[in-house]
Amino acid sequence: MTPTATIVADRLTRRFGSFTAVNAISFEVRRGEIFGFLGANGAGKTTAIKMMSGLLMPTEGTAMVGGFDVSTEAEQVKRSIGYMSQRFSLYADLTVRENIRFYGGIYGLKKAVLNERAEHLIRDLGLDAEADRLVGELPLGMKQKLAFSTALVHDPAVVFLDEPTSGVDPITRRQFWEMITAAADRGTTILITTHYLDEAEYCHRISVMVDGTMAAYDTPSAVKSTLGVHTMDEVFLKLTRTSP
Amino acid sequence: MNAFRAFILKEFRHILRDKRTLLVLFGMPIAQIILFGYAITTEIQNANIAVLDRSRDVRSLELTRTILASGYFTLNADVRSYDQIEEAFRKGRIKMALVIPPDFAAKLQRGEADLQVLTDATDPNMASTLVSYVNAIAARSGAQGKPPGIRIEPQMHYNHNQASVNMFVPGVITIVMLLVSAMLTSIAITREKELGNMEILLVSPLKPLVIILGKVIPYLLLSMVNVSTVITVGHLLFGVPMEGSWLVLAVACLLFVVCALSLGVVISTIARTQQVALMLSLMALMMPTILLSNFIFPISSMPFPLQLISNIIPAKYFIVIIKGVMLKGVGFEVLWKEAAVLAGMTLLFIGISVRKFRIRL
Amino acid sequence: MIRFDQVVKRYGNTTAVDRATFTVERGELFGLIGPDGAGKSSMMRMLVTLLLPDDGTITLDGHDVVADYRFVRRNVGYMPGTFSLYTDLTVEENLQFFANVFGTTIQENYHLIAEIYEQLAPFKDRRAGALSGGMKQKLALCCALIHRPLALILDEPTTGVDAVSRAEFWSMLRRLTTTGITIVVSTPYLEEAALCDRVGLINDGRLMQIDTIGGIVASYDHALWRIDADNTRTALQVLREHPAARAAYLYRSSVMMSTDQELDPEHLTHELLRSGVTGARVSRAQPDIEDRFMDLMLEHA
Repeated sequence: MTPTATIVADRLTRRFGSFTAVNAISFEVRRGEIFGFLGANGAGKTTAIKMMSGLLMPTEGTAMVGGFDVSTEAEQVKRSIGYMSQRFSLYADLTVRENIRFYGGIYGLKKAVLNERAEHLIRDLGLDAEADRLVGELPLGMKQKLAFSTALVHDPAVVFLDEPTSGVDPITRRQFWEMITAAADRGTTILITTHYLDEAEYCHRISVMVDGTMAAYDTPSAVKSTLGVHTMDEVFLKLTRTSP
Repeated sequence: MNAFRAFILKEFRHILRDKRTLLVLFGMPIAQIILFGYAITTEIQNANIAVLDRSRDVRSLELTRTILASGYFTLNADVRSYDQIEEAFRKGRIKMALVIPPDFAAKLQRGEADLQVLTDATDPNMASTLVSYVNAIAARSGAQGKPPGIRIEPQMHYNHNQASVNMFVPGVITIVMLLVSAMLTSIAITREKELGNMEILLVSPLKPLVIILGKVIPYLLLSMVNVSTVITVGHLLFGVPMEGSWLVLAVACLLFVVCALSLGVVISTIARTQQVALMLSLMALMMPTILLSNFIFPISSMPFPLQLISNIIPAKYFIVIIKGVMLKGVGFEVLWKEAAVLAGMTLLFIGISVRKFRIRL
Repeated sequence: MIRFDQVVKRYGNTTAVDRATFTVERGELFGLIGPDGAGKSSMMRMLVTLLLPDDGTITLDGHDVVADYRFVRRNVGYMPGTFSLYTDLTVEENLQFFANVFGTTIQENYHLIAEIYEQLAPFKDRRAGALSGGMKQKLALCCALIHRPLALILDEPTTGVDAVSRAEFWSMLRRLTTTGITIVVSTPYLEEAALCDRVGLINDGRLMQIDTIGGIVASYDHALWRIDADNTRTALQVLREHPAARAAYLYRSSVMMSTDQELDPEHLTHELLRSGVTGARVSRAQPDIEDRFMDLMLEHA
């Protein structure tokens, strides 16, 4: 195990009956790394992420997240991760400030700390004027940014981002990636899934899952040159077309 | 026509493949009738009572003994005055108190004996049942003038059983028909909306009426099957009499089912999701129907505003009709008013749903 | 085939579609491209008669979608964004149902869907709910095609679908246009513009540009620079403040900056070094549709 690794998966496996959703995958994600978790629908990404976030027990193999074993220390794992997806984000009927305080609260942040972080976060996002407006009234791009910041409010070691940029305009998308790289520079480990293949190029390293195994695991440029192709689209087509 | 057949076929497939709906559809009614049946028969036994005997003669002691020997009552308080009765009621020790006036035997001889029966009206249903028991026992011992004996008990038991069955079978039929008809149809229609399939159906050349009928007819058939089952079970297992005409009963059931279905369609035009449809059906239909239809709680003992509201509950009229047909053996010559109200309501609901069912989003 | 003329749709105070005007030719594959909430779905729903425009007119093959909505309903195949088929019916039952609803049979128009349906045929007795995402999409497409519509209106058919299935889906659409059917597709993925004959770029209810992808990219009339540096984020901060910069964004591992005038790359490198950005390499970049889209957003803001 690399001393700076935040996620270490060792032959991580999950079976549902006779179906093997995740088949002995091994990988490491370093502290402050942006790791792209790519693959077709049904390739096993979601199952792997559920295991790494302590929601699903591995059938075999182990995974350490933030120094905790997902099989035996699921509670500590849950405390050290943040999660954001397009489907699940914030409560539309709570205000910006209430949402931040709620999420900080469920991670047990002390009131003083939480207040300070909430105000800091609101300022950073330029939401001072909107802090007491309902989240449902914010534009989509703003909601996504707020959801991301909220997932970071308890200062987790790892953040799982599940298609966080789905359906937003390109300017917001690029601003979003600025936030992600900034968080990574501060030492937060980022694991992200996306259907925008060009976004893979923002990642330090990527993995491509095909039928429960890792068909590729390297930097974007190394993956491309290994396969002898020029774009991520080609990488994806080449790797996943081989399976029926 | 082909499209219509296809629609109905599709709807049947949905229903038959959904195990949960099937269970609600066919399991619930049977479970309900059996539960209600046995719950009600065992409920009123050994009711705690007090007897204030101000006569203390042979006749009054005899009556007291007879009543206590019936098995429905247990003497649970020793009272000497009205005050003590009051206190026993307050403490919840008794459900009923019997007051026998002075000179009971003499008055009985003259045929002018009266009994005072005090009941705890916080449970009006139980209270009225208890009063009817006492009435029956007293009538026997008074009218026939001979020592009341063991003969009373089996008769009472039989009567009692039948009285509550007669109360609840029409009620269960009503609830079941509402449940299946209104709730399941409204859910089935909103499910199409939720899945986004309603958009396609609207964009198709299908007329709204065809969409509604296609959704409703399968449930109409299933509801009628269900009603037959519940009535059969009530008739065979619990001995509910069938004094009137089966045909009249069938027509009445059909009328009520159509009424409930159109209510379901009205709900589905308001609700956008299955969850809302379910809530609306439960809150706006089931609860008022159970509470205000004379099924469990007698309307006559309700405050006036509630009595007024009960007039807009379709089930109230249906229960009158079904009781009339099954228990009294009367037909539409007597029940035409109730039937007319139901038919009017049905037309109103159909009107609302056709108006409100939008051909666009 | 399809004509939008000054079409407006409002919900309360928000204008979802603002004076949209465009035409789609017979046999054309037309894309409506923009982020969520841009107004794509509203436009499509008005076209398929599910919503009424507040202003302006829409026609399909010369028939007004409001006055002659019955004609439109008979002649469009529509796949809503949330469409999920009937998951408890089998593949064949779904198709049969939609054929019957439109008063036709599978046999009558089988030739239209033959190519797509053959891939589904082995699973024809499987419930639609048990199909993979790509297969579901194919079935949905068959269901929308079975009554031989003049136009196929697909609302975000590729959203949330993986890249492989998406590529396959687009090639199916491309082959369909050879039969003369007109197709309008909406998508949030800008790069899919390259797969359409022409696209309309939408943001905030406004159609910002309508053209071929070539035309759209060519209309980008700024200089675009790619700057790589040892510390990209510092470079980004510095470049945002640069007097020549119109806009600067983080893009992948580089900074993309647009300017209205030509720049001397070497000069910029020195400027960056003076501001503490080391290892800067400046090169001219080719704009793509995303650059043009962002540009249009700034123009319309």
